Amino acid sequence: MMPKSPRIWQLAERRYRLLGSKCTVCGKTSIGPRSVCPVCGSEKIETVQLPSTGKVYSYTVVHMLPAEKDGYGPYIMAIVELEDGTRLTAEIVDCEPEDVKIGMPVELAFRLIGQESEHGIIYYGYKFRPIISRT
Amino acid sequence: MRDVAVVGIGMTKFGERWDKQLRDLFVEAANEALKDASMGKDEVQALFVGNFSAGSFVGQEHVAPLLADYLSLKSKPAFRIENACASSGMAFNLACMAIASGIYDIVMVGGVEKMTDISVSEATSVYAKAMDAEWESFFGLTLPAAFALIARRHMVQYGTKPEQLAMVSVKNHRNATKNPLAQFQFEITVERVLTSPIVSDPLHVLDCSPITDGAAAIVLCSAELAKKYTDTPIYVLGFGAASDSIALHDRPDITTFSATVKASRQAYKMAGIEPKNINVAELHDSFTIAEIISYEDLGFCEKGKGGLMIEEGETEIGGRIPVNPSGGLKARGNPIGATGAAQIVEIVQQLRGEAGKRQVSDAEIGMTQNIGGSGSTCVVHIFGRQRR
Amino acid sequence: MTVFKDKNTVIIGYGSYIPRYRIKIEDIARAWGESLDMLRGLRVQEISVKGPDEDQVTIAVEAARNALRRAPEVNPKDIGAIYSGSESKPYAVKPTSTIVAAAIGAPMSVRLADYEFACKGGTEAIISCISQARSGMIKYGLAIAADCSQSLPGDVLEYTASAGGSAFIIGHNSGDPVAYFEGQYSVGTDTPDFWRRDLIKYPRHGGRFTGEPAYFRHVIAAATGLMKELNMTPEDFDYIVPHQPNGSFPVEVAKRLGFGESKVLPGLLSPIVGNFYSGSSPTGLCKVLDQAKPGQRILLVSFGSGAGSDAFSIVVTEGIERKRGLAPKVEDFINRKKYVDYSLYARFWRKIAL
Repeated sequence: MMPKSPRIWQLAERRYRLLGSKCTVCGKTSIGPRSVCPVCGSEKIETVQLPSTGKVYSYTVVHMLPAEKDGYGPYIMAIVELEDGTRLTAEIVDCEPEDVKIGMPVELAFRLIGQESEHGIIYYGYKFRPIISRT
Repeated sequence: MRDVAVVGIGMTKFGERWDKQLRDLFVEAANEALKDASMGKDEVQALFVGNFSAGSFVGQEHVAPLLADYLSLKSKPAFRIENACASSGMAFNLACMAIASGIYDIVMVGGVEKMTDISVSEATSVYAKAMDAEWESFFGLTLPAAFALIARRHMVQYGTKPEQLAMVSVKNHRNATKNPLAQFQFEITVERVLTSPIVSDPLHVLDCSPITDGAAAIVLCSAELAKKYTDTPIYVLGFGAASDSIALHDRPDITTFSATVKASRQAYKMAGIEPKNINVAELHDSFTIAEIISYEDLGFCEKGKGGLMIEEGETEIGGRIPVNPSGGLKARGNPIGATGAAQIVEIVQQLRGEAGKRQVSDAEIGMTQNIGGSGSTCVVHIFGRQRR
Repeated sequence: MTVFKDKNTVIIGYGSYIPRYRIKIEDIARAWGESLDMLRGLRVQEISVKGPDEDQVTIAVEAARNALRRAPEVNPKDIGAIYSGSESKPYAVKPTSTIVAAAIGAPMSVRLADYEFACKGGTEAIISCISQARSGMIKYGLAIAADCSQSLPGDVLEYTASAGGSAFIIGHNSGDPVAYFEGQYSVGTDTPDFWRRDLIKYPRHGGRFTGEPAYFRHVIAAATGLMKELNMTPEDFDYIVPHQPNGSFPVEVAKRLGFGESKVLPGLLSPIVGNFYSGSSPTGLCKVLDQAKPGQRILLVSFGSGAGSDAFSIVVTEGIERKRGLAPKVEDFINRKKYVDYSLYARFWRKIAL
């Protein structure tokens, strides 16, 4: 079977670096490439660096795992609202299920998202974690 | 625009149909619908079939001609419509337009899904394909998880309680005990829902519709022809359909399905009625929270009061607006591509007065509301015993 | 071997990353029925554990991003080379540095390669950046030293092999430096003390043979060789950061070289986070940079089985005061921890066959 290389490669850098789309007419930002603004319909879209911190907008702990996550264990999925208001869906890591809260500040983490198979390509991308406290 | 009427309905037993294949299920429902309409196969001019993911579930694409072939519809055109859980609701919508436009006089709408040939974790992955594959499910979002995100916000914004979610499931299970075709014909309690295993918190297993095999079929024709086939045609009074963003995170407020709001307003307007005129409704309770939000989106109650509406028993059979007398997706079962058609089968039975022990008394006007994915598609139909 | 006459070959940014999970060695010992008395000599209390979604690549990227945070004047588009040293890359063929390059936004015109030399691939990456920066081949180089250290279940290595790493932005006559390199000295021999055969999952080792003929002989030879070239003695150094395969070897080797405990303890990580293999001594260096004063001198000595050692003399500069607060310190990562038991550790590492 053809590996998933092309599909993963098309979006890899956006997923690694949290690059988003911004409409230069109405200012709407979204994760993922778009050529037409979903709000105002303008075609003036530029690729922008999205902020790497935000807050948990909603969350859930997934116990019934999809096949891709076999053996991974329960995990927290959330909608994160970034500092500029852009929302995206991401896993929250380095956090116990009982500690996640709506409004919890989080920061970008670089993690393994999955793999095609033990001998296929590996997928990396963004997840979010509680902000590492500094002394 | 011509009026449209339903003249035949058929539905298989929903559940784990280990001995039946996708095509067998469809033919079973389709033959029953033709028999119900006292109609020969050769009278059907076209087939509109809703199916979500036969490719993933049973390795079959191009299902429309396959089903037409196995039903022996010969050379008749067959269309497959895919809108996730709203596939056959949308198929019915297109079929209505096909007849209303005058292109066809008699068409069949089918819906079918064969889900139990793969494991639960594989099925969970297939469901997730109804969302944004690159920006949601790629990162681990499952469909139950999306509705859990919605439920969490609804709880925070409106104080909706887990007990209220559970009551939706309790009601629908109770209704299903009176539906011989339902997957789960047993009662449950709020406590049992709340102590059932967590799928994606705050949603428990008993907050979620099951994995189901099944099919449903409907024969519809122009209102002028209806009396030729049945003494009790049920008329399509109004319909509406709308879309929303594929990804949940792209919606400004995730506690409402804006596609439901828009689709229902179109349908009410076309039917010339208001929410209070609905006597019985089949709503999309793929997850308990979805039924509560649908009460609000359809205007059955104020925004944020959906939890209260179930708690006060207003949607019980015998209540102000009985919802999901069939048992709903939760207890009747949710064979994804067949669900929208099954909702219509139930409302037609209710309006004909043929719903047996679960009959809503004096039902004149009924509604179906069918959601796809996390709310990216919604299609609403309003039916009546009398023509507009 | 090489003494840099100028002070212009510099570290412009540095950063580390250590996963959040820890396991106490008594938990590992309990799983295997091992006596703690037998393990006391390792002088390791607990080790870091990679999360189920972490590997050498994710640690490398996190460390690289922290190094860039401490080098705000460096545009990633000006990075001319990225070298990653490790012995646990998730792809046997496909460089980790390619993924790091994409993750930090390096330009397409960048030189990328991975190094493997057991636990000293990371310092090889540093040497490559130093030489290419000094020769003018690159403006900035990014050297990464990180591992998700592999260990055979039940083997003594399991009590020390852990996950973590660091990264360094290196330049010549460029940027606001936190330290400069004064000299570098390497040794290498054919000493089969520790190895992993191709297509075999876990490394094997020669037990006590890894000590005298391997670790001590090479670390001492590289350190004394460098000090001789620089015409310096242990008194000239404020810190020594040797490779840390456990808690006792680095203290012992420092003592044999004539360094007091007070010079080795500030950079000692292994007792509380274990052995990051390629990332071990480089992360010890970062821990020292987190606390050192301008003008202080550090002796860094890596050790890679097989075997070889790279020694560096590094002098801290004023930029350290401006930059150390720009990213989490090694101490911040050490303090961030969540204990797991052996069963969870085994699941995270996929040591349980599925």
